[in-house]
Amino acid sequence: MQASSKIPTDVSYLEYKGKHKGLLSWILSTDHKRIGLLYMYSMMTLFLIGVVLGLAMKFELIAPGKTIMEAKDYNAVFTVHGVIMIFMIVVPGLPAVFGNFLLPIMIGAKDVAFPKLNLASWYVYIAGAFLVIASVLFGDGSPDTGWTFYAPYSFKTGTNMLPAIFGAFVLGFSSILTGLNFIVTIHRLRAPGMTWTKMPLFPWTLYGTAWIQLLATPIVGITLVLVSLERIFGIGVFDPALGGDPILYQHLFWIYSHPAVYIMILPAMGAISEIIPTFSQKHVFGYKAIVASTLAIAFVGYFVWGHHMFTSGMSGTAQYTFSILTFLVAIPSAIKVFNWISTMYKGSINVQTPFYWAVSFIFVFMIGGLSGLVLGALATNVYVHDTAFVVAHFHFIVFGGVGFAFFGAIHYWFPKMFGRMYDSTWANAGWLIFTIGFLTLYSPMFYLGMQGMPRRYYDYLEEFHAANILSTMGSWVMTLGLVIILINLFRSAKSGAIAPKDPWNGKTLEWTVPSPPPVENYEEIPVYGEKDGPYEYK
Amino acid sequence: MYILASTQASNFVSGVDKAFIIILAICFFFLIALTAVMIYFMFKYNKKKHPKATQIKGSNTLEVVWTVIPTILVLIMFYYGWAGWKPMREAPEDSFEITVNSRMWNFTFQYDNGRRTDTLFIPKDRPVKLNLRSMDVIHSVYIPAFRVKEDVVPGSDKFMWFTAQNEGIYELFCTEYCGLQHSYMYNWVKVMPEEEFNTWYTDTTQQLASAQVESPTAAGKRIMTNIGCLACHSLDGSRLVGPSFKGLYGHEATVKTGGETRTVMVDDEYIKRSIFDPNADIVEGFNKGLMVSYEGQLTETEVEQIIEYLKTLK
Repeated sequence: MQASSKIPTDVSYLEYKGKHKGLLSWILSTDHKRIGLLYMYSMMTLFLIGVVLGLAMKFELIAPGKTIMEAKDYNAVFTVHGVIMIFMIVVPGLPAVFGNFLLPIMIGAKDVAFPKLNLASWYVYIAGAFLVIASVLFGDGSPDTGWTFYAPYSFKTGTNMLPAIFGAFVLGFSSILTGLNFIVTIHRLRAPGMTWTKMPLFPWTLYGTAWIQLLATPIVGITLVLVSLERIFGIGVFDPALGGDPILYQHLFWIYSHPAVYIMILPAMGAISEIIPTFSQKHVFGYKAIVASTLAIAFVGYFVWGHHMFTSGMSGTAQYTFSILTFLVAIPSAIKVFNWISTMYKGSINVQTPFYWAVSFIFVFMIGGLSGLVLGALATNVYVHDTAFVVAHFHFIVFGGVGFAFFGAIHYWFPKMFGRMYDSTWANAGWLIFTIGFLTLYSPMFYLGMQGMPRRYYDYLEEFHAANILSTMGSWVMTLGLVIILINLFRSAKSGAIAPKDPWNGKTLEWTVPSPPPVENYEEIPVYGEKDGPYEYK
Repeated sequence: MYILASTQASNFVSGVDKAFIIILAICFFFLIALTAVMIYFMFKYNKKKHPKATQIKGSNTLEVVWTVIPTILVLIMFYYGWAGWKPMREAPEDSFEITVNSRMWNFTFQYDNGRRTDTLFIPKDRPVKLNLRSMDVIHSVYIPAFRVKEDVVPGSDKFMWFTAQNEGIYELFCTEYCGLQHSYMYNWVKVMPEEEFNTWYTDTTQQLASAQVESPTAAGKRIMTNIGCLACHSLDGSRLVGPSFKGLYGHEATVKTGGETRTVMVDDEYIKRSIFDPNADIVEGFNKGLMVSYEGQLTETEVEQIIEYLKTLK
């Protein structure tokens, strides 16, 4: 930031000509906004690969028996789908894209605390992604363990596990470094007068998430190292034949991977907490309650991992302890939902595309969360654990939650990011088709799980046929919606109407800078003292 | 109420289903009520009708209300979940014990009198305890109709128990992903009246080891897929590690027996020998020592079903 005197403030970050030109001006840029977009484009590409794999999987399941691929390929497809979607999309997703782009602007800073580290995180991310993709394309067969890499299968299978595991390990570092960067940024670079209780909610959720990234990711890192050592040297930590314990693997894996769900969902909740007040033109309801619930989720989320293991044979005491903690972590999520809906009360609601996404987010998130209660209770968990019910549940949370929030966020902040408006007719049509497809795709899986169909099934008995057909057709509708949304966004970024500084009459700081913002966001760091808080509507 | 799989066939059904219904009822209530309120607000407070928002920053009373009420509700849900699950943890002392041997990718059931079966035969109205053993990776025994599931972890002793309450044939799935043929790792549970079961159990002349759910041919195909025969033997005549199964049965084959080349007829006898003593006769042009014996891993009935299936591969 010392160089700020040389950087013009009347040129947007998109048009700014620095030392480098063309592609280099992007991949060597330390501007948090360009890095945010780098993440977005890389994630879009990987996401589309994940979507194609998902479509292939659903198509295979349209009928019992072989449809388009062999069991071996199906197992590889669901593994790679999971690894891409979890480790490369939903975990880094909102923080890496919108966190990078908006966090400094929303707290009144010129960049994140460590811009070079920020760019390095993107390179680490790309390296991890390449490793995972390489594991599919080269070596002795694609990884086929599922994204959970469960021991002892993960070191017994002959497939190309090492690059995939190493890829996930590397991706973890990208997450850790981004988390560290955000924590320091939020502590050190808030605008003068922006006390903790005047910080907008999206940065708050990034803060909660950053701590989980920083503290929980190393655990999965070391666990994956242990799996690799087990495969190469047979060190016997997890292999029962060598005196190891496969259940220990599950504990270590879920100690990270459950909090990882909160890494995904907290920023999603943060984005929703920005969209709803803006389009209701109203101060957010229960600001402090929402902040407290964010921190409660981040904290209690560390202690519920055992609910992934109710049938693994933990002690009875461990089981009901984890069950009750799981129920308690549901409370802060419920509090958020109540506060969001109350924010709409007596508002002046401007029903725009981001608002549609926000409302449908609340709907699918409720379905995901409420079905989580079925999974949190012991008796019902034992029945539906490892069935299609679980697959439905986490797609409602992870894809419904993060995905809907992501699309809501991208439409909401689109004018700021690209300086142009999206075409709202196509955006709304895309939303409607996507939502219908989403519900048709995943709802039948609840039914299938309740009928007893296990997950990760290449083939199934005839009794599960009808619901699978419906689900597969849903996948086509959803993809159609997705294509419409993406094409519309691409077209609008090029040729949409020029966006004003504050198209939604938003009150947070990002709406005070030009659209798109200049390289260092602010000519002068804003002073926040006179404002009461971030949502001061009149 | 039949919201879950098939019939209500064990002592755990009422507890699990009760928890399910209570939780689902609360979930649906909140889902519908909150969605309705949300949609109502969208219309009622639309900016066309309500151009000026009324600024309300929050209400401590409401925050307390919607913290306390959900807390009470989740504790109720926790209780029913716990109550339905508790009895699963302790098997009665007089349970009839059966050992489940799990491997990639089939289950076999071993009884105290030495009988091994492909289908799980159990008496009705008597507690049955399954001792779960895995020989390779983690599997999971899941009987939806009984509402039970427990992982089978190599190197540790797990169990599950239940009392079957309805006669019939039920599905038993592996629900922990275990590799290539995971989705074919399922089997059947046959619940018999106690007397009938005792007759079956004590009568050694009765060789029935599989319930007649599928045709012998279908069973043969499933078994061969599960134990991995098809990794080395093709069904379409193409050459893999071992000879193809296509057109094998009822034809002559040239084999080497202890260094001597001879021609044999592929019949039941030959197939059994190939399965249990695979290196006795080596088909001309293939290598010795690649296949290991399946002695002790397949029951007589299973071998017969395999033979029935091979007969169909003309």
